[in-house]
Amino acid sequence: MDTSQFRPLDVERIRADFPIFATTPPLAFLDNAASTQTPRPVVEAMDAYYDTYRSNIHRGIYRISEEATAQYETAREKVAQLVNAPRARQIIFTRNTTESINLVAYSWGSANIQAGDEIVLTVMEHHSNLVPWQLLAQRTGAVLRFMEITDEGLLDFTQLQDHLTERTKLVAIGHVSNVLGTINPIQSVITAAHAVGAKVVVDAAQSVPHFQVDVQQLDCDFLAFSGHKMCGPTGIGVLYGKLELLEEMPPFLGGGSMIRSVEREVSSYAELPAKFEAGTPSIAEAIGLGHAVDYITDANLAALQVHEQELLKYAHKRLKEIEGLTLYGPSSPHQKAGVISFNMEGVHPHDVAGVLDTHGIAIRAGHHCAQPLMKRLDVIATARASFYLYNTIEEVDRLYEGLCRTQKLMTRSQRRSVG
Amino acid sequence: MNVYQEELLDHYENPSNYGTLPNPNISHEEDNPLCGDRIRIDLIVEDDVITEVRFSGHGCTISQAAASMLTEEIEGKSLTEVKKLSRDDILDMIGIPLGPVRLKCALLALKVLKAGAYGIKGWPGEEE
Ligand SMILES: Cc1ncc(COP(=O)(O)O)c(C=O)c1O
Repeated sequence: MDTSQFRPLDVERIRADFPIFATTPPLAFLDNAASTQTPRPVVEAMDAYYDTYRSNIHRGIYRISEEATAQYETAREKVAQLVNAPRARQIIFTRNTTESINLVAYSWGSANIQAGDEIVLTVMEHHSNLVPWQLLAQRTGAVLRFMEITDEGLLDFTQLQDHLTERTKLVAIGHVSNVLGTINPIQSVITAAHAVGAKVVVDAAQSVPHFQVDVQQLDCDFLAFSGHKMCGPTGIGVLYGKLELLEEMPPFLGGGSMIRSVEREVSSYAELPAKFEAGTPSIAEAIGLGHAVDYITDANLAALQVHEQELLKYAHKRLKEIEGLTLYGPSSPHQKAGVISFNMEGVHPHDVAGVLDTHGIAIRAGHHCAQPLMKRLDVIATARASFYLYNTIEEVDRLYEGLCRTQKLMTRSQRRSVG
Repeated sequence: MNVYQEELLDHYENPSNYGTLPNPNISHEEDNPLCGDRIRIDLIVEDDVITEVRFSGHGCTISQAAASMLTEEIEGKSLTEVKKLSRDDILDMIGIPLGPVRLKCALLALKVLKAGAYGIKGWPGEEE
């Protein structure tokens, strides 16, 4: 974090870029871990593509297609800079984190994983960093091993040494848990994994949008994230990979754009990144993502992180005041990103979210695509509030008041047990 | 209108026909894996007529209130009538519009009832 550049977020100015907050009463949008809102500059950049240079990329011999290609590639450079990738061609555009991870599982996995090999995961993975590895294990006969968490929701690091052996070929780990907010010590995990010769895939869906992530410093082999969780549009995601790995990997999807030349029986493939971008990509969305990167870096990621920490600390304090509320995850906000999961005694999380919705507060309730973690926490579901750069202390107060009202409404009398 | 209105909350807090039956002719249970709602319905059926009904389980207001309302509705009805109940009948009972996620909660009891009434194999399946 470069503190010399530090200036706090001007949240009021930021909010003015999001027309969705202009309603009365204003929407308190606290489901940012699922997907974030989109600021005007991002929408305008996509509109400009549609209104002034709409065309396909990499093939037109005319001006607007060249313009579209240039903008698409500029977006790639911006993303590369954001995560400090050595070269832009190490940035592959996909649809989302899920597709990025599946790309690795199919392409790298099929070429490198054999029966008896081990893949190490954690119990807190999102299904999108779990199911692709289950499928790979089923195809190849590889074995999945899981790192557990402590009761506080921290990775049980002592297990890492037991799990990492010469049989370990891959470690796939979330940088930040989308349920607990736990920031995993992935730097240490990567070093330990490399020591036994294993590669590491980092699911950065909940980290890249919220703080500076440097792929060279981490030395991760692959890193995946989604545009829609960082002020970008849906339909665009990113896979970063080490150059030598990406170059050796066989293609994932076959089709247009990913070939050099095609004969009847065989083809040769295009260079990176085109090799992994078969078919017409999400052009407007990639351009939008490039502008989303500008938006959050202009706001300043360090300031954004400080702002989210403040909201999280305040939310921890307020929510702890409510009797009958159980918070999940690390008790210290310092080990967490801006996610807070909880349950209200005697009230189903769907009802918590449902009542809050009637007060204009949007939170998530459910299993958050992390069913093994729900089992570990011994809950069916949780309610979850998650923050981003446009959220305010007042919104946390509204959440607190909304929860108090929910409790009053839903626990008017003694009721048979729920959940 | 608001999901959390008195009538629904009353059913949730003081459900009708809550419990189990010792010797039901029909007993069926299902859950909604998305949110963990679970409902079991026990029936005593004499000459095709439902003479006793109980439901049990846990979950959100909508799923439990819908189950409570449904058991009130079907007591004394024939299985033939029960098989004809549709999702619109449930929505009419609840009386307020529901989004797609809560709709699944609302329809869980009907799903359990129909699967029980038809017998799992005979049930053509609910239209979603
Ligand atoms: C930690 C984590 N991994 C992966 C994903 C999947 O992202 P997407 O649905 O954009 O593929 C999410 C988002 O829901 C997430 O929070």
